[in-house]
Amino acid sequence: MAEKMKTKELLFGPIFDNNPIALQIIGICSALAVTTNLKTTVTMCLALTLVTAFSNFFVSSVRNQIPSSIRIIVQMTIIASLVIVVDQFLRAYAYSISKQLSVFVGLIITNCIVMGRAEAFAMKNPPIPSFIDGLGNGFGYSVILLILGFCRELIGAGSLFGMPILTKVTDGGWYIPNGLMLLPPSAFFLIGLIIWGIRSVKTVQVEKDAFTPAPHTRASEAF
Amino acid sequence: MASQHDSVLKTLTVALLVCLVCGVVVATAAVMLRPTQETNKLLDKQINILLAAGSYKAGMDVQKAFESIERKFVDLESGEYVEMPESYDQRKASKDPEQSIRLDGKTDIASLKRQATVAEVYLATDHNGELSKIILPVHGYGLWSTLYGFLALEPDANTVAGLGFYEHAETPGLGGEVDNPKWKAIWPGKEVFDENGDLAIQVIKGTVDAGAADASHKVDGLAGASLTTNGVNNLVRFWVGESGFGPYLDKIHANAAGYSDEERAPATDTSVPAEGEEVING
Repeated sequence: MAEKMKTKELLFGPIFDNNPIALQIIGICSALAVTTNLKTTVTMCLALTLVTAFSNFFVSSVRNQIPSSIRIIVQMTIIASLVIVVDQFLRAYAYSISKQLSVFVGLIITNCIVMGRAEAFAMKNPPIPSFIDGLGNGFGYSVILLILGFCRELIGAGSLFGMPILTKVTDGGWYIPNGLMLLPPSAFFLIGLIIWGIRSVKTVQVEKDAFTPAPHTRASEAF
Repeated sequence: MASQHDSVLKTLTVALLVCLVCGVVVATAAVMLRPTQETNKLLDKQINILLAAGSYKAGMDVQKAFESIERKFVDLESGEYVEMPESYDQRKASKDPEQSIRLDGKTDIASLKRQATVAEVYLATDHNGELSKIILPVHGYGLWSTLYGFLALEPDANTVAGLGFYEHAETPGLGGEVDNPKWKAIWPGKEVFDENGDLAIQVIKGTVDAGAADASHKVDGLAGASLTTNGVNNLVRFWVGESGFGPYLDKIHANAAGYSDEERAPATDTSVPAEGEEVING
């Protein structure tokens, strides 16, 4: 029973309770870059989830053999190999999407989520829970990215998965697309709103103030 | 335990083994998937050529449609056809000092820096075997990225049959609208040169006044994407201009003129300029 609970927690915990993007604020870079349309977003989510799950699995399988002096570089090598394999597969079977994602598939290597889970979880836990933890974190990342991709493509281009939903003025419709949504800053605004939303519901996630501002002193001291 | 793990020998062995295993995995994936990737790349290019020529329909047999398209090589300076190996890669050649020239600031309006001396052209023929489209690869700098595409011309080497880009990284929704079918539909029918044979095609800011005398040479710019529009303007003008395919197009014009004056001057030409043959404009 306890075992079952743990699996559930590993898998679904990172979605809202411990979301890598919303709580840990990592993996932001690709969240800005690939969410202008849902097609690339979904591909990126799949790629990252697979890489995190398998890198956790493999790192965990060899965790007792890795000398601590070179553990980071060993993790890195495993992650990099997996990312290259994923990139090769995309190029072979989803050429047009891989062209749009271009360098961002390769940049999964530097995504903090993958490395962070390998170091924080997989080095201390057996392979199967590590694999599930990787999947869970991948889902956490995916949920935020899909929300971003949905909002950005719908508001910015009036379409979903490239299918027109709101007819644009340029195509003879009524909808004037908001170009800002297609630029990276809009993803920041959206992530901010999502974090605000999550923390309003789950108040445990609200961080304590790192310092308290000094009380107001006499105005004359300012001059 | 810790000391056993951290010994130099152990560290080296683990490092070596990890590298070996990962190396084998990566190499296997790369080698196994290469044929599929190359087919994809070729297919993508062929689709884009067909798109520029306006003869692509979703779900068609690309390879079959491509049988009517011939790939040739043109020496850009002389405008003559030259023989090149099938594996010739224009993009690679433009980086090779032996196969390319450096462009100076004044001629380099499309910000290419280097240009290959030999360029590819694709000649589409209709079912009677007659030349139906001349498809020229073009590229140049927009706002964020180099745009790669194809400009298709009618056999008169003057009327545009289509323009399409297959690779760019312009802002989606703004400069990225170069891919918008509505905008691409403006291009066919525009004329590259005016009556005097001077370069006249231009992408302007705003919308072209359809009643203007030179409307057939002007193309609407993309709203909100002035810099991408400028880039497209520059790259089209560069590639049909003197440093681009200008000499080659001149030869085709001369040939076409030779045809219409067949009565007066005995024609010595074919529909396309043959190698080493000088055709004087009749």
